[in-house]
Amino acid sequence: MTYKYSLDFEKDYQEIEKKLTELKEIAQNKQIDFSHEIAALEAKLKEYKEKKYNTLSAWQKVKIARHPARPTTMDYIAAIFDEFFELHGDRCFRDDPAIVGGLALFNGVPVTVIGHQKGRGTSQNIKRNFGMPHPEGYRKAVRLAQQAEKFKRPVICFIDTQGAYPGVEAEERGQGWAIAQILMQMSVLQSPIISLVIGEGGSGGALALGVADRVLMLSYAVYSVISPEGCASILCKDVSKSSEMCEHLKMTAQDLYAMEIVDEVIPEPLEGAHINPNQTYKIVKEKLQLHLDELLNQKMDDIIEQRYKKLRNIGIFREEVFIE
Amino acid sequence: MSFKDIFNPKSRKKYITLPPPSEASSPHIPGFETCPQCGSHNNEEQLQKSYRVCPGCGYHYPLTAEERIWMIADNNSFLELDDGLMTADPLAFPGYAEKLAKVREETGLEEAIITGKAEINGEKVIMGVMDRRFLMGSMGSVVGEKIVRIFETACAEKLAVVLFTASGGARMQEGMLSLMQMAKTTAAVARFHQEGLLYISVVTDPTTGGVTASFATLADIIIAEPGALVCFTGPRVIEQTIHQKIPEGFQRAEYLLEHGMIDQIVHRKEMKQYLSKMIALHSWSDKQ
Repeated sequence: MTYKYSLDFEKDYQEIEKKLTELKEIAQNKQIDFSHEIAALEAKLKEYKEKKYNTLSAWQKVKIARHPARPTTMDYIAAIFDEFFELHGDRCFRDDPAIVGGLALFNGVPVTVIGHQKGRGTSQNIKRNFGMPHPEGYRKAVRLAQQAEKFKRPVICFIDTQGAYPGVEAEERGQGWAIAQILMQMSVLQSPIISLVIGEGGSGGALALGVADRVLMLSYAVYSVISPEGCASILCKDVSKSSEMCEHLKMTAQDLYAMEIVDEVIPEPLEGAHINPNQTYKIVKEKLQLHLDELLNQKMDDIIEQRYKKLRNIGIFREEVFIE
Repeated sequence: MSFKDIFNPKSRKKYITLPPPSEASSPHIPGFETCPQCGSHNNEEQLQKSYRVCPGCGYHYPLTAEERIWMIADNNSFLELDDGLMTADPLAFPGYAEKLAKVREETGLEEAIITGKAEINGEKVIMGVMDRRFLMGSMGSVVGEKIVRIFETACAEKLAVVLFTASGGARMQEGMLSLMQMAKTTAAVARFHQEGLLYISVVTDPTTGGVTASFATLADIIIAEPGALVCFTGPRVIEQTIHQKIPEGFQRAEYLLEHGMIDQIVHRKEMKQYLSKMIALHSWSDKQ
């Protein structure tokens, strides 16, 4: 396997892996039997990696979630669905490439798919605006969701964005208004909705695709009210405190599962989805099928009621009752 | 400026320099308040009579929740609801408990919103007023819960809702719990709309972030006070992250009216009349 871009904590063992491969080649070329030694080294390396990945800090998970080689929405669409018809545009202003959507077949069932789309490489990323949508992106998403409702199709959303685009044009066209609308429309949409956080879930721009009957999250994905950098710059006036803030924000899949904001954490391959995408697609497909089957067996009215109750109950506070 | 600059580590640095908002540098005179817009010194007593609006330039001074209720609700008609809701520190976020204690003492408020039943020129409503002195009116679990409860109460009692918003957005010290309040309040507004009841939101300076992107902009009628800043991403953050130049008057009430984002701009001294007439128009069929 070639590593085009390695995270700092990936580099150390990737070096060893490389040497190990070399050793194997030498052994084979020179016809010397090192198999016991190689097996021992491999076992040790495996143990080392397991230890490392089982104790990742929140900041390290953020780095995996932002890895440039991490599978994007379009990768999942290509791998998981049988057919995909992309549908474009919000019918008002333009097509926002930072959100993709369309019709797909999932194990023979027609579904509507909507997701944030990051690019790969600079030119793709500029086209996709680094996965940061404008209002027209959210308006396209609402249009597609309402189409799903009309044709009684389930909706599957993929979340992967740093946030909604913080620019003048986006504000001019009502970024806040557009996000509020999609949140409201999704909360009463008469179709089952499953949302999956595949990478970064950044603030309101991510939540816009996150009002769902099931919220699933990959094990190294993150989801937060504000980026660790933003939080550090506002609260500490110092971006170098990002890794520290990252722990406090409780933004990892495991934290959010414990807080009951996420319904299930989908395990990734040990070193992350980018190292073994196919294994990731396989398990994501299985889990989606499981949740979709459950939802398709319920009455729509019950689904809507549960969706409301779930949102209604989020929040931690104390209540004192004053007796007059 | 090229787009790549956002990810340039050199330009990142600029992200952390947060200059204080420029304020008129006139000296403070006791008993007088300096207008941040025109710099004139306004007599405290006179300001109270003029609804805390600068007589010179029409600048609307920020109001506390109490002042707002006093200006809008009929005498002795306001009955506070859900005042027993107390903010916890669910993530044990460093410094949060101390900040809460300090701002409670300074403002005498329990949270960033006061909600209650009131009458506006005799029209019964459920009212919510946010106070920007309380951690910039940010929305955490308690603010979200109080907003949901006013919509639920209004549904049950078939009353109109009037909300005065002022907020810096979601409260980051409560992490994802506060982000989810956007979805929670929005879901309550959606249900409220299905009941055919009236929701008026009055967006005041400043209404930003997660509050703009949820309940504040989902009203049947959105009115703004003159000069109010209403946006998702504020001008300073745009400048720091994208380095774009901000047009004059950008995201202010007048700009938003021109761009079709709000229904009307209403001066503070006409606000009470405007609200009561609007509510009366919507309850016309009940009175037949």
